[in-house]
Amino acid sequence: MALVTLTINNKTIQAEEGTTIFEAAKQNNILIPHFCYLENVHQIGSCRICVVEVEGARNLMASCVSEVKEGMVVQTNTSKVRKVRKVLYELILSDHPKNCLGCHRNQNCELQDLGEQIQIDSFRFEGVKSKDVVDSSSASIVRDSSKCILCRRCVTVCNEIQGIGVMNAHHRGFATFIGPSEDESLGHSICTNCGQCIVVCPVGALKEKDSTHIVWEALLDKSKKVVVQTAPAVRAALGEKFGYEPGTLVTGKMAAALHELGFDYVFDTNFAADLTIMEEGSEFLKRVNDQLNSTTGAVLPMITSCSPGWIKYIEHQYPDQLGHLSSCKSPHMMLGALVKTYFAEKIKVDPKDLFVVSVMPCTAKKFEITRPEMESNGIRDVDAVLTTRELARMIKDAGIEFTELKDAEFDSPLGLSSGAADIFGTTGGVMEAAIRTVYELVTGRELPMEALHVQPLVGLQQIKTADLLIENPLEPYAFLNGVTVKVAVTSGLKGANMLMEEIRLGKSPYHFIEVMGCPGGCISGGGQPRPVNNMVRMKRMEAIYREDEGKSLRKSHLNEDVMTLYKEFLGHPLGHVSHELLHTSYVKRKKN
Amino acid sequence: MITHEEICSVHSMTETEKYGLLEQVMDDYDRKESNLIQILHMAQAIFGFLAPEVQSFIAERMDIPNSKVNSVLTFYSFFSTKPKGKYTVSICLGTACYVRGGKDVVNKLKEVLSIEVGETTEDKMFSLQVMRCIGACGLAPAMTINEKVYKQVNPNKLHRILGMLK
Ligand code: SF4
Ligand code: SF4
Ligand code: SF4
Ligand code: FES
Ligand code: FES
Repeated sequence: MALVTLTINNKTIQAEEGTTIFEAAKQNNILIPHFCYLENVHQIGSCRICVVEVEGARNLMASCVSEVKEGMVVQTNTSKVRKVRKVLYELILSDHPKNCLGCHRNQNCELQDLGEQIQIDSFRFEGVKSKDVVDSSSASIVRDSSKCILCRRCVTVCNEIQGIGVMNAHHRGFATFIGPSEDESLGHSICTNCGQCIVVCPVGALKEKDSTHIVWEALLDKSKKVVVQTAPAVRAALGEKFGYEPGTLVTGKMAAALHELGFDYVFDTNFAADLTIMEEGSEFLKRVNDQLNSTTGAVLPMITSCSPGWIKYIEHQYPDQLGHLSSCKSPHMMLGALVKTYFAEKIKVDPKDLFVVSVMPCTAKKFEITRPEMESNGIRDVDAVLTTRELARMIKDAGIEFTELKDAEFDSPLGLSSGAADIFGTTGGVMEAAIRTVYELVTGRELPMEALHVQPLVGLQQIKTADLLIENPLEPYAFLNGVTVKVAVTSGLKGANMLMEEIRLGKSPYHFIEVMGCPGGCISGGGQPRPVNNMVRMKRMEAIYREDEGKSLRKSHLNEDVMTLYKEFLGHPLGHVSHELLHTSYVKRKKN
Repeated sequence: MITHEEICSVHSMTETEKYGLLEQVMDDYDRKESNLIQILHMAQAIFGFLAPEVQSFIAERMDIPNSKVNSVLTFYSFFSTKPKGKYTVSICLGTACYVRGGKDVVNKLKEVLSIEVGETTEDKMFSLQVMRCIGACGLAPAMTINEKVYKQVNPNKLHRILGMLK
């Protein structure tokens, strides 16, 4: 790459050709005030806050979309620049409610941060407010257009990264609004509830639907036993809300905080992740067996079903391909179903008096628990879903000094988990966990890979693949001798779309596919702390692999409590009770 | 390609026939997203306006989200999502017409019809819209009612013109 020499604020610097002025400045420790720009995601120059003065140019230039040129002379703080920046900011504010004290983004808002950075001490314009529609039709997401500053980050993420296209700009000029079609609400659209739009929204215009209120109510209700469970990815990100660096594991403190909040039982969704591997692994082997040995054959590739955003996506976009989905419920739904049956019996409590809360990195799980299928004997499997962000809010609200907490443990009997369950939180993890178990069940030998990691499936690439040759299997699996199992992993719905197109055209070479709806997997789910970028994703992912490697129990089928559960209650994987409680079905939805 | 006659005969078509014609239009344009604006133009010619059902139909058949169709058509003032009146009154606000009193014509019409630009009277008789230069600058201010062009419109005579139509 050729280097370009230029000066910024009288400093001579060099930058690679094709770099923007904004990036070149940042590489040299000058942070030009900016707003709509989001690294690697959204660079369309819609707000113009990042303007700079370039010698010889007639107008100020938006630095986040203007490339450096040889000999360029750039000033970022002239009085003209500072004046324009302030005016632009004040114009945004003139059409903004500014009720920060009653806003969930208070003290965690990019609009506030910008005002602080550019030293706003008054606002001169007070305009007519253009729009105030609050759309709370979705079970997962609330859209408050009065707070929207039209940066269009959500439009980019929903269209370009997820490939859905629900969020778009409608009308123009003063009447512009961002959202689904004007005759449609989010709850009735093809929105997958992935929440990736929430993660990038700089202000309070998009948020998860609140569940903290009903959880507080349940906690304070003496007649209820309240059970909580936490997903694998929550422990790798919750700390960020309390000042820890991304990638800090706070498993012990999280369990302690949940006890302090007053939950009667603190269980771990990871337990159900191990259980999922038993069920899903068995389902996979059954399908392969049917394919090779029966006249009816089987639907392959089989695709994982842990990610409810992905499920809603395939139901809308590929209603004719639902047979590829594993029938397994997602792990937290399994655990909910077990709490209300197996555990209720154990502690002799009427399941009606049990309230199950799932703490999830995911907004789509809020929708998932409302699906009619997710109940047994008229009792809902899970009663409320809190996002990681909501749990952090409750901990603060309760006055718990999180950083001072002593590590605590999960409760038995639904709290023990293997390292294989931990990695469910990251892209590639479910597949690796399944391979660890399936390989060993089939061959009687441990997966012959370093640290049990399937290296080609680790990382943030959009589509990852691996081949697994089966040699010298145990007697019952003799039919698999010499078979190469082909697997693929993707995260983010655009990648899912590519794999589904192959399937639709009958060209998919795979036997087993893992799909997670959010880029990077649950570690960067729609309910996780902001900001999320690839650096943060990598750190959270490393934390999750650390948690796995730190355990002596690394394989789902060796989880003793899971074995006990089969012995005492479920019978065997894919058995009758499993079928009733742990498996589900899917529905066809409209395509647009 | 769809002929002009076909478009002109839509008045006598059933809904099913109209949707059939629209399918044909989309085929002619290869159902390509880059041709969406042309398709929407034809759809409006067929149905008179672009109701939510028509938008969904187009979205479904072209395999794009409703939201994208709606985004494109609400950006252009030419498209209407509500039914138009029997007569569409369009006033030119191109430069020549504007300086020669086009604005007064608009204001008078708003008063006479008691509607805003872009709206339709309750009895579904008149819709009001403004447009850019229609090439009759020599005789500004210009106005059209459906296909007919009215030149040098005198705001005080509007009452009479509209009355004759009723
Ligand atoms: S979005 Fe930000 S600036 Fe706007 S009210 Fe909320 S906290 Fe305040
Ligand atoms: S939740 Fe996902 S699918 Fe729904 S609008 Fe946001 S980004 Fe689009
Ligand atoms: S909803 Fe949020 S992300 Fe989307 S345009 Fe508005 S402010 Fe930007
Ligand atoms: S930050 Fe550059 S235009 Fe918005
Ligand atoms: S400006 Fe009205 S006809 Fe040209």
